[in-house]
Amino acid sequence: MFSFCTDPDTLDQARWLACYLTTGVHLSFYMSFLKVLGLLAVTAPVALGFGFAGAMVARSHIAPLSWIGKAYIAIVRGVPDIAFFLFFVIALDQAFEYLRHKALCPDWDEPIRQGRDFVVCQAAKLPLGNAPQWVHETYGFSLAVITFSIVFGAFAANVIFGAMRAVPRAQLETAEAYGMTRRQTFWRVLVPQMWVFALPGLSNLWMVLIKATPLLFLLGVEDIVYWARELGGTKTPRFTDYPHGDWRMWYFLGLLVFYLAFTRVSEIALDRIMGRLTLGQATAGGEAQRKGAVA
Amino acid sequence: MKKTILTTTALALSAGMVFAAAHEKTIRMGTEGAYPPYNFINDAGEVDGFERELGDELCLRAELTCEWVKNDWDSIIPNLVSSNYDTIMAGMSITDERDEVIDFTQDYFPPTASAYVAASDAVDVTSGVIAAQTATIQAGYVAESGATLVEFATPEETVAAVRNGEADAVFADKDYLAPLVEDSAGELMFVGEEVALGGGIGMGLRESDTDLKEKFDAAITSMKEDGTLNAMLKKWFGEETATY
Repeated sequence: MFSFCTDPDTLDQARWLACYLTTGVHLSFYMSFLKVLGLLAVTAPVALGFGFAGAMVARSHIAPLSWIGKAYIAIVRGVPDIAFFLFFVIALDQAFEYLRHKALCPDWDEPIRQGRDFVVCQAAKLPLGNAPQWVHETYGFSLAVITFSIVFGAFAANVIFGAMRAVPRAQLETAEAYGMTRRQTFWRVLVPQMWVFALPGLSNLWMVLIKATPLLFLLGVEDIVYWARELGGTKTPRFTDYPHGDWRMWYFLGLLVFYLAFTRVSEIALDRIMGRLTLGQATAGGEAQRKGAVA
Repeated sequence: MKKTILTTTALALSAGMVFAAAHEKTIRMGTEGAYPPYNFINDAGEVDGFERELGDELCLRAELTCEWVKNDWDSIIPNLVSSNYDTIMAGMSITDERDEVIDFTQDYFPPTASAYVAASDAVDVTSGVIAAQTATIQAGYVAESGATLVEFATPEETVAAVRNGEADAVFADKDYLAPLVEDSAGELMFVGEEVALGGGIGMGLRESDTDLKEKFDAAITSMKEDGTLNAMLKKWFGEETATY
């Protein structure tokens, strides 16, 4: 990157390090931080959406709907993440391609399943075989978002389901006594009050999600842990201009700092949200706030 | 005038179709990118190594447009079978178990010698703790040799295990270990006997992809015949390496 980087062997330490830290691989490493943050920024709200929908369906009064919601929560929570990521993503990808194949290539005469192979026509490929690499990466990233959302959505659904039951029954009865319909009671009384019960569980999920991103590499998305392992590994002079020993410890130390800082920022943000949600609630926290305000 | 426009359009259209036909399919080449000198990520962040150079040349000879894709070793076969890429060139030895799931071209690297590397020459490789990468022929061999096998996801970790004492020795392709031993300043050394494993390294393909297999087989044959493959082997693995 810098002009003096042409012959790294001759450089002094500071400049060597400056060159080393700006090689193409390191730029990919820095990009992967953005990738992880981007993934979290998209996945968290989508997973919350899945969770809310899942909880609503699970507590539905129509039995089949409620079974679907409960089955979703139970199955996804029960399957190990790594199995889910290996199996589900490939299945999802194949399902998309299968549908496109049926729509786009009606006159294809070969079977799609040939032994263990899954073969669809070129036009049905997702992304198209000749698409540039960034399209493939974006596609992999989207699959990751969907998969993460479904997995974490199931956990969130369970948390929100429990939170909805934790809202004091008296509140709902009061709403009914005022003549509100079921729908009004749900949206005006139950939902605003359940968040305070859901937040501790949801904040746990958020912390776990932050740390679950290494699963990304199973989907071909190169995340920070992949790059730290790759960059920190021993490099012999034959294959690089910047040979070094096993530096994984330093890279992982960097990741540790990143994760700890991120966790701390999350905690501060979550504390603020908790304060906002507790306001005026019939909980111990709400009571404490009321007393604090009087004094 | 009208005629000229028509002809030009027709020409442009047919040219477009020819162009589209030639480029209708990009062959995506899957690799691990963590196994120098076979394949690794260079300073610029690109796939590099023996297999990169060989693969590019094979694509040239087979008149294919190729693109390299990195994939985790653990899921490298499932993703091939599921058509997420079309070939595997990742130092993968041809074995019967793998051949049941995928197909291989003829070998482009002769049956490889695998070797043990340890931190001291007193290590007994038949009874100690031996590190190997998961789902490799070496791991299978260690499991049957009577030694205690510890498996790691990446080649790097297997060597690190020896350096930090977690394992007595690592068992891997000799060509992967040789540069590491050379640069370790006597800290690491080869121990025990070399073992010839597998049926050579070949390119992995889907069993249904017979056309592609024929094309690459022909390209490999032509490279073996005119000596370019041998030159490439010597360039990446040294003068003493086995050639065709």
